[in-house]
Amino acid sequence: MKAINIIETAYRATIEEQDDTIVWITHAMKGAGAELDVLLRANAVNYAVKGQDASGLSFGAVTQTQPPRLDEDVQKLVGKGVDVYIVEEDLADRGIEPSTLVDGLKTIKKDSVAELISGYDYAWHW
Amino acid sequence: MADQKTLTFAIMDAPYENARSTTALRIMNAAARRGYDINVFAYEGAVGLPFKKQSGHPNAVHVHDIEEEDHPLPHKWIEALMREAEKNGGSIDWVNCGLCVDERGVAEAVEGVRRGTPGDFWKMAGASDNTLVIPTR
Repeated sequence: MKAINIIETAYRATIEEQDDTIVWITHAMKGAGAELDVLLRANAVNYAVKGQDASGLSFGAVTQTQPPRLDEDVQKLVGKGVDVYIVEEDLADRGIEPSTLVDGLKTIKKDSVAELISGYDYAWHW
Repeated sequence: MADQKTLTFAIMDAPYENARSTTALRIMNAAARRGYDINVFAYEGAVGLPFKKQSGHPNAVHVHDIEEEDHPLPHKWIEALMREAEKNGGSIDWVNCGLCVDERGVAEAVEGVRRGTPGDFWKMAGASDNTLVIPTR
């Protein structure tokens, strides 16, 4: 069985969770033996931009010590053998240059997404 | 203090669900640093923010033990906000909607949080320089 996680909702409680919950669950399921790939679309394409820095949060004397590192978490998915696709038009709409992205991503045109998904048993849209 | 301000916030989002919760607390933090008096009416899921049974955990994906992970706990943030306000001559009056608390079973809140009703929000708004509503979307 092979599935693809389509991540669209971005930066949802990433500060409190110190990661993206769907990137995280992909790591966790991959670690449990799942055959999973990822498609980043809409605002979630920003997760792949290198050098994001969410550090510096504090409330009174309490400082966050482990801010989310979303670009690194995406890069680690690639390192674990997860195919991470990213929608080319969604990058262009946001003015994101491919040269600013983490390595190893597979760009895909919007009109090829349906064909991509057809190669999986399940497509889970988050 | 001649320029002592009073701000009232109404918030709705539950912890660990949306960036709005963090943003709301950051705005309150800025007000606390200025020594403002802050009223908070926590409605619906937001009553879970000061729930003191929230606890940290290790994170195998991050390869962190529980200490390294240092997982954010909104109730700890709220305690820190209350201390920050007091340190700067202000205060935080945090009212949790009582019925919302009952629905969710989150009565064990940090010290300084009290149970109330929408009527408290009305009174707080009337006694404030301004009110900010941050609803669930």
